Amino acid sequence: MIVSVISAIFILVGIVFFAGAAIGIIRFPDFYTRTHAAGKGDTLSSLLVITGFALYQLNGFESFSEDWPILLVILKLLGVSIFILFTSPTATHALMDAGWEECSKPKIKEGRPNHLGDDSDQF
Amino acid sequence: MSMSVAHIGTASRHILMAQSTSNTKFYRIFVFVLLMVIWVVLSGFFDVFHLSLGLISCAIVVWLSSDLLFENRHHRLNVRIKQAFGLFAYSIWMIGQIILSNIYVLRLALGSTEKLEPQIVRYKCSLNTDFQRFLLANSITLTPGTVTIKIIGDTYYVHAISDETANGLDGTMERRIKKVFADEYKTSKESPA
Repeated sequence: MIVSVISAIFILVGIVFFAGAAIGIIRFPDFYTRTHAAGKGDTLSSLLVITGFALYQLNGFESFSEDWPILLVILKLLGVSIFILFTSPTATHALMDAGWEECSKPKIKEGRPNHLGDDSDQF
Repeated sequence: MSMSVAHIGTASRHILMAQSTSNTKFYRIFVFVLLMVIWVVLSGFFDVFHLSLGLISCAIVVWLSSDLLFENRHHRLNVRIKQAFGLFAYSIWMIGQIILSNIYVLRLALGSTEKLEPQIVRYKCSLNTDFQRFLLANSITLTPGTVTIKIIGDTYYVHAISDETANGLDGTMERRIKKVFADEYKTSKESPA
């Protein structure tokens, strides 16, 4: 019982962050700032939701000799979350890089630097 | 490493070679065990047929490509294990940063978008392996308000969403990564340049 409550809390908090990411994607002004919202929101919320699933699996766990397949499921879910922890920021970076290569103009606030624009004639 | 080997005398080179071949064997075994654990977890069958299939395919993969997982195989395995623990502690700290960063994005998304101060800044690092640079780039992406756009040589081009987060790139993360991989910096300093 207590395990399902904790896992429900994890999943709910994950959904709140997902919602925040979605709102960010709609409201932010340009491609780069939107990718901020998408990349970060996705990482933590998928981690939270998957951890919630893993905890929920513990519900039916009574004896090791009968319920060991549940442990395998939990290990698989943890494997997925570690995979996301590494790939999600990489994907965000790849998106940003592709956006820059496609000449999507970043909105820079006045008086703030755009070093990549300054240096781009060098490479 | 190959450059430093060329500078040491032949006698010590033989010792180094002997050490690195025995290390290579340990690395092979280590990669094999790692793959086998993944096989068992993913398959979930413990009968002889499936386990032997796993043994055969893991052996073939290790034979063909065990050098892909670790770039530099001159380090002893205990150094790697120490690094793995360091990496674990680092990722715990990282998860804290991810939570902060998400709260930050949530606040920005719900607040006024006039407050955004997008900018692209440079950051120079002094890390020496690809994996560490990858780790730093990912960490920059996951900490609040910053995303790596491009890495050219030592220079990171980072998109920051506000002045505050742009100032946050002060090298604390790089120091943490260097602490995790401290052994690699020690050996590169000791070897004759």
